[in-house]
Amino acid sequence: MKQRNLKPARWISLGALVMLATVFAACGGDDGVPHATPTLTSTTPPTLRVEGEIVVFAASSLTDAFKEIGKAFESENPKAKVTFNFAASSALAVQINEGQPADVFASADETQMRVVSEKTGIEDQQVFATNVPVVAVPKKGNAVQSFQDLAKPGVKLVIAGKDVPIGRYARDIFAAATGASGVGADFSDKVLANVRSEEANVRGVLTKVQLGEADAGVVYTTEIAAAANDVRAIAIPERYNVIARYPLAVLKASKRIAGARAFVGYVLSPAGQAILAKYGFGKLPAVP
Amino acid sequence: MPGNGREEMSRATGIGSDRSAAVAVAVLAAAFAIFFILPFAGLVDRALDEGGTWDALRTSEARDALVLSLWTSSVTVVLAIAFGTPVAYLLARGHFPGRAFVDALIDLPIVLPPTVAGVALLTAFGRRGLIGEPLESLTGYSVSFSSVAVVMAQTLVAAPFYVRAARSGFAAADPQLERVAYTLGASRLRAFFRILVPQAGPALAAGIILCWARSIGELGATLIFAGNLQGKTQTMPLAIIQAFEGSSLGLAGAISLSLFLLVVALGVLVVFRLVAARGGEPR
Repeated sequence: MKQRNLKPARWISLGALVMLATVFAACGGDDGVPHATPTLTSTTPPTLRVEGEIVVFAASSLTDAFKEIGKAFESENPKAKVTFNFAASSALAVQINEGQPADVFASADETQMRVVSEKTGIEDQQVFATNVPVVAVPKKGNAVQSFQDLAKPGVKLVIAGKDVPIGRYARDIFAAATGASGVGADFSDKVLANVRSEEANVRGVLTKVQLGEADAGVVYTTEIAAAANDVRAIAIPERYNVIARYPLAVLKASKRIAGARAFVGYVLSPAGQAILAKYGFGKLPAVP
Repeated sequence: MPGNGREEMSRATGIGSDRSAAVAVAVLAAAFAIFFILPFAGLVDRALDEGGTWDALRTSEARDALVLSLWTSSVTVVLAIAFGTPVAYLLARGHFPGRAFVDALIDLPIVLPPTVAGVALLTAFGRRGLIGEPLESLTGYSVSFSSVAVVMAQTLVAAPFYVRAARSGFAAADPQLERVAYTLGASRLRAFFRILVPQAGPALAAGIILCWARSIGELGATLIFAGNLQGKTQTMPLAIIQAFEGSSLGLAGAISLSLFLLVVALGVLVVFRLVAARGGEPR
């Protein structure tokens, strides 16, 4: 894509976007209930109180954890307002690169963070959480009992699209398992032949399993809790599994850099990390 | 006198407000028109701007989506004609208990968001659905994630447009002509095809076009009920959504597919206008 100048039409659509964003921001509720007691021993102390709106684009799988982090952050910074946009990281990357006004991007993989860093530009990125892919199956079904069963003919498998992080991780896992003992040389082909639908994000995969439409789906460990009544997890053998790494960065295009940095600092702080751990996210990898 | 003065004043302001009303109408109408033109202008502008826009239409994703959309929407139209025509005829000519109910039922999908239609289909024909569960346990067959599900979603959402148009067409036809045909010894079926269908022709054609266009554009019900898989259930609108969410088709692909659908839609509208002009208003 080549560089182009802003034309009048572009300005108008930009204006419309800003108006929409303002409307959405105004609609957001703020109950101001403190959910966590942030400690003062934080490594990146958010001592400076920030104010104004901070727009955070975050991976679908972060929905519940980030909503709680947002509330905790707002109770520490009463004049700040965190607005979230949750979607597949790949969808968010497209939106950011199309000029959607975002301040912080939290991706479920490093690939989509690179997509944004190459086009829109980011400040330093940091991996703030990890997650482990699992096979989700409906509690009422018995078509899939083990990871190997995913290759059984006739299994209705649902995964995310190939650019969505969890969809890419799933394909990587099938490829890694291929040829391993007890799994077979054509494992990946057989599993991919069972794919009946490619969902837009991890929540879409979970819903199809929850409804019983799919016999199995590949999601993150952290998703299982959201559907624990209908869905159970089958672990993927560690030797094939990948660990999803979630990077977080302030966008260079942000107009509210101070607020954005403060939010990133909060996510990395012990208080933010405690909330992520509560939702089942893994600890930060040891810094070398 | 004060009364006269007031009258003159009100007449004067009346003229003034007439002019300002005219200006207001013109401004509002122009703003509305601009609002409708801009998105399409943007689409065309971007499509001309991006390199390789037309190459995106040659990818397997775009081709599969196009082929799937064409054949599923054609099947939908055939189903709508086969099953919808009798319904339309009965609604226009018949008197039977529950007629108002059936009439409202047909209109329901037109008013409902397609996503609701998708959820409803899932609860009836899904693997845990009213019909879907016993069907699968008896026969082992399930419509989930199949092209059949795509056609079902499209039919539920689009066929009412045909039935409505056909009902109006039949209702507007002259019943006297049919009676004459019967007295001349024509069977009901013959009278229907030789007398009623030609009279309702333009309305039927308009209904077919609307039904087809609506099924080509169906997204919500398909996404929820049929899922999204290239070549099986990924119709053009689904491919556009997927492209927008970062599939290999990319933004350029989304734009060129959108532009393609826009051109098709314009073509459909032109045909629609021609048909309507030839035989009077369809409704």
